[in-house]
Amino acid sequence: MSQPLLEVKELKKHFPITGGVLGKEVGQVKAVDGVTFFIREGETLGLVGESGCGKSTTGRMLLRLIEPTEGEVTFNGKKITSISGSEMRKMRRDIQMVFQDPYASLNPRHTVEKILEEPMIVHGIEKNSKKRKQKVRELLEKVGLSSYHAKRYPHQFSGGQRQRIGIARALAVKPKLIVADEPVSALDVSVQAQVLNLLQDLQKEFDLTFLFIAHDLGVVRHISDRVGVMYLGKLVELAGSEKLYEKPLHPYTQALLSAVPVPDVEHKKERIVLQGDVPSPSNPPKGCPFHTRCPEAMDVCKQVVPKFQEVEQDHYVACHLYEDNKSI
Amino acid sequence: MAELARNDNPIQPNQQDEKPASPWRDAWRNFRKNKLALIGLGIVTFFIILAVFAPVIAPEGIDDQKISTENYAKLESPSSEYWFGTDDFGRDILSRVIYGARISLTVGFFAVMGSVIVGSILGIVAGYYGRWVDTIISRIFDIMLAFPSILLAIAIVAVLGPSLKNALIAIAIINIPNFGRLVRSKVLSIKEEEYIMAAKAVGMKDSRILFQHILPNSFAPIIVQGTLAIATAIIETAALGFLGLGAKAPTPEWGTMLADSRQFITDAPYTMIFPGLAIMLTVLGFNLMGDGLRDALDPKMKS
Repeated sequence: MSQPLLEVKELKKHFPITGGVLGKEVGQVKAVDGVTFFIREGETLGLVGESGCGKSTTGRMLLRLIEPTEGEVTFNGKKITSISGSEMRKMRRDIQMVFQDPYASLNPRHTVEKILEEPMIVHGIEKNSKKRKQKVRELLEKVGLSSYHAKRYPHQFSGGQRQRIGIARALAVKPKLIVADEPVSALDVSVQAQVLNLLQDLQKEFDLTFLFIAHDLGVVRHISDRVGVMYLGKLVELAGSEKLYEKPLHPYTQALLSAVPVPDVEHKKERIVLQGDVPSPSNPPKGCPFHTRCPEAMDVCKQVVPKFQEVEQDHYVACHLYEDNKSI
Repeated sequence: MAELARNDNPIQPNQQDEKPASPWRDAWRNFRKNKLALIGLGIVTFFIILAVFAPVIAPEGIDDQKISTENYAKLESPSSEYWFGTDDFGRDILSRVIYGARISLTVGFFAVMGSVIVGSILGIVAGYYGRWVDTIISRIFDIMLAFPSILLAIAIVAVLGPSLKNALIAIAIINIPNFGRLVRSKVLSIKEEEYIMAAKAVGMKDSRILFQHILPNSFAPIIVQGTLAIATAIIETAALGFLGLGAKAPTPEWGTMLADSRQFITDAPYTMIFPGLAIMLTVLGFNLMGDGLRDALDPKMKS
C-alpha cells in the first residue's frame, strides 16, 4: 500500500447524440462526468453504482478502449491520456481487463491455447513457441483449470470456467493493474465465490492491483480495500471499505447500503427507499445530480454542484451536508 | 458474504484424450445428417471427377468428327455407340458435355473466388473503418446492384471483348457487391462483440484483430454464399456463352452448345437436352450443398 499506481483526474466521457440526415450533434450523454480517484499499488478499489452510472465506461477509459472526452489518467507516472495509439497498445501490457460476460468475451473460433498465447505473441513475451505453450499450461493451472484444457474451444466450458480463461488471458502478460468489469455478475452465486477467491489468491501471488467494478455491494465489500460509489457519471463517495459500510456519509450510499439484505431474521432495520428514477444522463439535473431523489435535499443542492472532497482522512464525499463542518 | 465457500478446484477432469470439437467439426456433423445436402455434395463431386478426369472418361475427343464410310455421323440419335447422340458436325455430345464440366466448374470457381476476395476486402474496409469510406463503398455496391446482373455482365463483356476469360471477369465483377455487403454486415456485427473489445484490451493491432478475429468469424456465411454463387456463376457463364459473349464456337461450353443446337431443336432435341441437363444438375448440386452448408453453419455455433 504505497504510492498511487493509477491516478485519475476529472475524467469525462460525453457521447454525442446525433440526429437528422447530416448527423448533426443534437445533444450529449454525459456517461462519465468528472471522476477523480487514485489506486494504490497492490490494493483493490471497488467501484459500485447502478447500471448506467458510468462505472464500466470509466473502466474502459483507463485502457483507452473508449477515448476520454476530457481529463487525465496517469499510470505509473506516465500520462496515458496523451500518448499515441501505438504507445497505448504497449501500455496495455501493464493494464489488463477481465470482462463481464464470459460467453461473449472469448473468440468462439479459437482454442484456449490460442486465446492465451495471443497476448504473449502480441507483446513479444515468449518468442519460443514450445515455451509459450508450456506457459499457457502453467497459466491454466494457476487459474484452477487443467493443462489438457488447452486444446478445447470456449463452448466446451461452463461460465465459471470461461471466466477463469478470461482471467488467465489477462494474466498472460503479467500486468500490474487489472480492471475487472463486473467479472462475477454473470455467474451463479456458488461460482461467484470461487472466482472471487481465485482473484484474491492471484492478487497475492502476482502483486496485482485491481479496479473492481460491480453492482453487488456484498461482492465489493468482500474483495475491496476501498470502495467508490458512482451516481449518474460522478463519484459521490469514496472510502475504505469497512468505513464506508459502517458509516456511509452520502445519502445515496446510505440508501444503497440499506438495501443490502442481512442474513439474520432478527435483524430489523430501516430501508431507505428512494423515490423516482435515475435522471437521464443526457439531461442531468442542475446542481447535485442526486438532489431529485435525495431525502435530505436542501436549496443549495439544486443550484450548486457539491465538491468531491476529503471530509475525513481517506474518506471523500460529494455532498453539501458535509461541506461546512469537515469533522463529522 | 463473509463465509465464502473455498473450493479451489471445482473442475473435475473428464476423459483426457477426448478430441477437441472444433466449430468446423460440429458443422460437418450437422451437414452429414442432412440427406439433401449429401446428395448435393454427391452431384458436385461427380461433376468435379468428370472435369478432372475428362480425358480418361470421355469416349471421344471433343473435336473428333465421326465419319463413317458413307458420310458424317451427324445428328445421330442417342445409341449404344453415342450415348447422348452426335451434333451437327458429328461430334460426340457425351464427350463434349464431360469436357464442358471443366469449363463451367473452373469459370464458376474462379469467378466466385475473385468476387469473394475483392468483395471481402472492400467489405472489411467499409465495415471496420466506417464513416465516409463505408458510404462510398456501399453506394458503389448499391449502384452495381441496381442493374440486372446479366445486363451488367453483358456491358462489361462488351467493353472487354467477348471471350471466356472476359466472361469470367464480368461474372466476378457483378458478384462483388453481394459478397461485399455480406462481409460488411458481418464485420459490423462482429466488431461490437466483446471478444473484439477483449482483443483490443490485450493490445492487438487493428490488422491482427481484422485477420485473426473478425475475418475467421465471418467465414461461415461467405462459404455458404460462395457455394450458392458458384451455381449462379455457372448459369451466367452459360447465359453469356449462349448469347455468344462467352466461350467461342468449338469450345465445348454448355451454354455455347445450347446456342449452337438451337436450330435443331425439333429434329434433334438431344443436342440441347444433354447440355441443358448438365447445367441444371450442377446448379442443383451446388444449391443443395449450399443450403445444407447454411443449415450446418448458420444456426450459430454452440455457445
